[in-house]
Amino acid sequence: MSIQPMIEMNGVTKAFGPKKVLRGIDLKVDKGQSLVIIGGSGTGKSVMLKCILGLLSPDAGSIKVDGTEVTKLSARDRKKILSKFGMLFQGAALFDSLPVWKNVAFGLIQGKGMNKAEAREIAIEKLRRVGLTPDVGDLSPAELSGGMQKRVGLARAIASEPEVIFFDEPTTGLDPIMSDVINDLIVECVQDLGATTLSITHDMASARKIADRVAMIYEGKIIWEGGKQEVDHSGNDYVDQFIHGSAHGPIQMQLLKP
Amino acid sequence: MEAPVSNPLAIIGRVFLNSLAEIGRLSQFAGMSIAHILRPPIYWRLALQQMWLIGYNSLPVVGLTALFTGAALAQQIYVGGSRFNAESVVPGVVVIAIVRELGPVLGGLMVAGRVSSAMAAELGTMRVTEQIDALTTLSTDPINYLVVPRLLAAVVTLPLLVLVANIIGVLGGFMIGTERLGLNAGTYLQVTADFLERADVISSLVKAGVFGFIIALMGSYHGYNSRGGAQGVGKATTNAVVSAFILILLANLIITVIVFGDQT
Ligand SMILES: Nc1ncnc2c1ncn2[C@@H]1O[C@H](COP(=O)(O)OP(=O)(O)O)[C@@H](O)[C@H]1O
Ligand SMILES: [Mg+2]
Repeated sequence: MSIQPMIEMNGVTKAFGPKKVLRGIDLKVDKGQSLVIIGGSGTGKSVMLKCILGLLSPDAGSIKVDGTEVTKLSARDRKKILSKFGMLFQGAALFDSLPVWKNVAFGLIQGKGMNKAEAREIAIEKLRRVGLTPDVGDLSPAELSGGMQKRVGLARAIASEPEVIFFDEPTTGLDPIMSDVINDLIVECVQDLGATTLSITHDMASARKIADRVAMIYEGKIIWEGGKQEVDHSGNDYVDQFIHGSAHGPIQMQLLKP
Repeated sequence: MEAPVSNPLAIIGRVFLNSLAEIGRLSQFAGMSIAHILRPPIYWRLALQQMWLIGYNSLPVVGLTALFTGAALAQQIYVGGSRFNAESVVPGVVVIAIVRELGPVLGGLMVAGRVSSAMAAELGTMRVTEQIDALTTLSTDPINYLVVPRLLAAVVTLPLLVLVANIIGVLGGFMIGTERLGLNAGTYLQVTADFLERADVISSLVKAGVFGFIIALMGSYHGYNSRGGAQGVGKATTNAVVSAFILILLANLIITVIVFGDQT
């Protein structure tokens, strides 16, 4: 059986000046699957997501979304593809010039041209979905704690009911309890929508909670991929070192920038 | 891979190439922004909001600058003119100098100091906190949403501000001229009106529009392309103001030469 994968990357490379960040990423995410990519800080996880979204253009390689090659799209076609995506950014990336509800409703009003009253109702409902009361909707993002900002970011990502959702380090910077709350919310929201998800994290607790499959990125390549249960006996020294958080092993931290 | 620092030719060459590359990137950004003005949607509400931010908030500083400059100018011309018994040229020279040069240039520089920096800081913060990326993922073109409204607002607002600056500048000269230098008020206004030509006013407003474009373009360009956290935003802010200043003065010279160059 050959179901078309939702996302397929082949030989994707990306360098910034002399710095090679991605060195040939091969990756497949099937429809409805939750793939979590683990890897150290600065290994190019965010760059990879941004290449798929077209926020950065890769130097070489192919990226297909639902069978469509997206690396050389016109602005209009890209917009159509992007309407299938939702993304929760690492720092939530809420618009600080807008109140919370307008943040959540942004894609509906600006992207889909929905009228304000209707969009507001949906925004309030999505806020409730992530455990926030309607009065939070009128606050400004700057008035919220980090955990609340992440919730609002999640509400914004799911507001237009996307087919694919990206989570960029959803739990970084949160305490363990709030992290667990966010992980639960992610799992619930994704189940509601039946969405395909691609998440990146260096938090193993989070990875175990939200993943069906796990892949590890190291030095710009995917060096291991397997089911969630296989992570603990992958037989891969790099994966072992990473999930045990050990300073000793094949991964040598580069403390100075090359 | 750094070129040897000791070779001065290599340094000059590198600076030259870097400047060329920067000019290329800037032109590309300007071209892309103009192309987006022609490609809807245009966010008129945001443009109006920016007009208010640029115009209303700049009025006090632009007005005061024009008032003091017009007054000082009248005093100097009076002193200079009295050596040739030509005190009566004061109103004429003041109005020409203000409308042709000082109103647009000083107005443009003042607004650049306020607005280019504010735009660069705002867009730079949005860039480093990934808000600009977030716009794209929400099916909204960030150039349309952020840059176009600022460009339109500045191009429309600067001529209005400069018009006000010109009037207040002439008024500054009038006040010194009549109150301190003993010139006749009626004659002063008459001479002012006689000297002023339509071309002066038009060139003044054209300059203002061009300066508005430069102000918004520099603020947007440096903010939009900033990177590297708070430090990067700080650098973008400084660069926006400095480059806006230089480009305004350069554009002013070019327009002056084109419009007034063959008058003798
Ligand atoms: N726009 C950019 N310009 C230059 N370098 C960048 C850019 N974006 C990311 N990088 C560099 O690419 C590397 C990988 O970054 P990133 O993908 O954000 O790492 P992470 O895996 O922590 O998400 C970093 O060293 C970063 O400095
Ligand atoms: Mg990252």
